[in-house]
Amino acid sequence: MRLARPYLNPYLAGVGIGLAMLGAFVVMGRGLGASGAFSTAVSVTVAAAAPAHAMDNAFYSGYAGHGVRSALSDWLVFEILGVTLGAVVSGWLAGRMRLTSERGPRMGGTQRLLLAFAGGTVMGFGAKLARGCTSGLALTGGALLAPGAWLFVAAAFASAYAVAPLVRRQWR
Amino acid sequence: MPLYENGAFGPGVALVVALGIGFVFGFFLERGGLGSARKLAAQFYLTDLTVLKVMFTAIVTAMLGSFWLSRIGVLDLSQVYVPATYVLPQAVGGLVFGIGFVTGGLCPGTSCVAAATGRTDGAGVLLGMCAGIFVFGEFYTQLQGFYNATPLGEVTLPELLGVSRGAVVFAITFMALGAFHVAGRLERRASAGEA
Repeated sequence: MRLARPYLNPYLAGVGIGLAMLGAFVVMGRGLGASGAFSTAVSVTVAAAAPAHAMDNAFYSGYAGHGVRSALSDWLVFEILGVTLGAVVSGWLAGRMRLTSERGPRMGGTQRLLLAFAGGTVMGFGAKLARGCTSGLALTGGALLAPGAWLFVAAAFASAYAVAPLVRRQWR
Repeated sequence: MPLYENGAFGPGVALVVALGIGFVFGFFLERGGLGSARKLAAQFYLTDLTVLKVMFTAIVTAMLGSFWLSRIGVLDLSQVYVPATYVLPQAVGGLVFGIGFVTGGLCPGTSCVAAATGRTDGAGVLLGMCAGIFVFGEFYTQLQGFYNATPLGEVTLPELLGVSRGAVVFAITFMALGAFHVAGRLERRASAGEA
């Protein structure tokens, strides 16, 4: 097995992400995103399984649009496909592709997966309530000086620090 | 510019652009170590402040870039979509988001990076996120009132505070530099504690 290379300097990684975001402003007139792509995926799934239920609901019908095909050709869905590809190329070049779950030595694998799922659920709900996540609201709105983005960042960091001691055992 | 807003290309090409911009985003997230839940969680135990450094550098880079491109007349910022502000839902949504973030150890974008590089916990966060979005969708009718409460529209901090854009850009840059300085000190203290 190849040894994984060390990570890039965080400031350089930040400049790379910042330039991707600036590119999105200049070329597209919009920023980055992540949770929006999954809102589309969830809405399209609900619309396929229960069309009447989805069309009755302004949230699902807003994301699913006029049909499965048009919704999946959404800008954010393609952007997230790009994110996945970029991550694979970078991880592969650095020898960091590995089938594993990240956790502390005393943390069970199943338990870590349950915490990951639970955390993801709470986070997904919070992102929808806030109309965006770290990418679409915090980074994009932060750079474009949206007050709501800075409010979101402050609130998210405050509660994360408050809850952190309760979930630390998964890293010990 | 922006090019797309001014009809330089159509929606098909826009999707190729999306793929390219996403590629760079995902590449640098992985390069910086943001596909690792352990590294992200360490931000909240003050042992590794990579999250803060990467986030604030990205924000400052895009903020300064767009500010100066607009100043020299290359980019029309009024045509760049600014996320709308809704005070209460974004404050409460942020609080809820932070709890999920530190519990799962990843945010939506970084969970894609984690899953793409083989981390099963990343896939767990992704599935959970879809479940959370589904729950939100199912209760949308009940949540709608709060979701649309306290709207300020697509306002910016300089408009809200009645100061120039340059002043806010300067203040945020200054604040970020201060945060980087503090982050360095905290990391040195943490590594001294371990040794």
